[in-house]
Amino acid sequence: MSTFTRADYCTVACADTFALSGEVMVSPFGSIPALGARLAKSTSSPDLVLTDGEAALVHGVNPLNARSSDLMREAYVPYKSIFSVVWSGRRHVMMMASQVDRFGNQNISAIGDHDHPKAQLVGVRGAPGNSVNHATSYWIPVHNNRAFVDHVDVICGVGNDSAAQAGAGATRFHDLRRVVTNLGVFDFSGPDGTMAVVSIHPGVSPDEVASATGFVLAGLEGDVAVTRDPTEQETALMAELDPKNFREKEVPSS
Amino acid sequence: MPTKETTVAEMVDEIESGMTIGLGGWGSRRKPMAFVRELLRRDLKNLTLVSYGGPDVGLLVNAGKVAKVICGFVTLDSVALDPLWRKARQDGAVELMEVDEGLLYLGLQAASWRVPFLPARAGLGSAVLSNTPELTTIENPYSSGPFAQPEDTDATLVAMPALLLDVAVIHTNLADTAGNAMILSPDPFFDELFLGAATRRFVTAEKIVDAGTLSSHGPIERATIHRLLTDRVAPARRGAHFTANAPDYERDEAFQRHYVASTKTPEDWAAFQARFLEGSETDYLTAVDAWESEQ
Repeated sequence: MSTFTRADYCTVACADTFALSGEVMVSPFGSIPALGARLAKSTSSPDLVLTDGEAALVHGVNPLNARSSDLMREAYVPYKSIFSVVWSGRRHVMMMASQVDRFGNQNISAIGDHDHPKAQLVGVRGAPGNSVNHATSYWIPVHNNRAFVDHVDVICGVGNDSAAQAGAGATRFHDLRRVVTNLGVFDFSGPDGTMAVVSIHPGVSPDEVASATGFVLAGLEGDVAVTRDPTEQETALMAELDPKNFREKEVPSS
Repeated sequence: MPTKETTVAEMVDEIESGMTIGLGGWGSRRKPMAFVRELLRRDLKNLTLVSYGGPDVGLLVNAGKVAKVICGFVTLDSVALDPLWRKARQDGAVELMEVDEGLLYLGLQAASWRVPFLPARAGLGSAVLSNTPELTTIENPYSSGPFAQPEDTDATLVAMPALLLDVAVIHTNLADTAGNAMILSPDPFFDELFLGAATRRFVTAEKIVDAGTLSSHGPIERATIHRLLTDRVAPARRGAHFTANAPDYERDEAFQRHYVASTKTPEDWAAFQARFLEGSETDYLTAVDAWESEQ
């Protein structure tokens, strides 16, 4: 019987998403992606670059609950220079999403009609530019039919079909990597660049994933891989870097 | 040296209904809130706002003064979405031209450089284009010849139009009477470009000092706003409240929570307006002090 929590599996899945990225800026949204990025930086990918969320690159690996005054900063990167990083491609973002479709289109703008939305969300932010300029992954802490939909209402992050339609300007650097959820790990290796299962977390059944997804996922038939266990080193790092267990709040065990 | 010192009220005297106004800062950081509160006191309508949106947008839209907003988000940072903005959008009360954060940067940059547009990949394949049909694309003109890049020969790019502003206003830590200003908080954001994109260019500051003396108040490389970019400066103590303006003050999280909570019912909002927004700026600051001493 596993002693690891679902949140632990989500964390190592995020760490694996950032593994072998080289010297790029990682921008993780959510506690679990933020912890996963720190795990990757502490193990497989020491050259990763993280920011302080304000205007500087942070030196070393700091706990999620580190105080701003305790951070060592290594360079100054105000927003204006962040766009030069984004447009140069030296970045891997893991954004959240209110909706994702099978081609990896993402919505964080509005639910319903854009002119008169049922629910206003935060806005497109940098998603259109991120997704056509550098590696892009998504983190969905609650995997259900409302998040994984047939068609998103407002395309913010650009999916594989939309990029292809927009032509070479959009596809040249378009690079959808992975979607990590509380149920499993997915990529876009399915037919025509659609979403496919990479692994499901221990304790999750393929049926559960299928019924929580509003479209047909590739790779759910037959043997489905299971998300790997955290290593001993990763287990120690999670305790050290997330002492307040923020990850458990994002993906509760019960 | 010219003398550009005036008051926030005199700046706002120049604002007319229908104008396009650019507001500096980002989210709930270094927003020109004293100027916004003065706008709230005036009988204005049909404004167009250009902003990295925060409570500036939420308050002005809620007050019925705004026809259209050009932005990529409206956030309070520690609260994902400004609640007044959410309400206005869900009521269908305001037109939105929603652009990528980086496209907003390019639109202001294009206006500052007096070119009609700047190209970008950002926006391709997204609803940014389909939701604003006037926003269009351009074929790469370098499809052959010495500057052609093989991978981009067939590239179509977004042509982000110059976002010309009638008025821009930013809030800084210090300004001198000649119109130079110093931003001591970590990020100058795109304030310089808001000013560059505007016909009338206003700076408010926590403190106004004598012309030419900014370097005695902080590192000269923080004086990123120079007088070729500005027309008027005005003092506004706590002029970004409740948004952050380090090192003078951090975001007033408790007051921001009170603002958010007060939008939950019409009664609570009426009480918030009556207590904080119906008097002068001096009344506002006095009311905030009194509220804080009760907490």
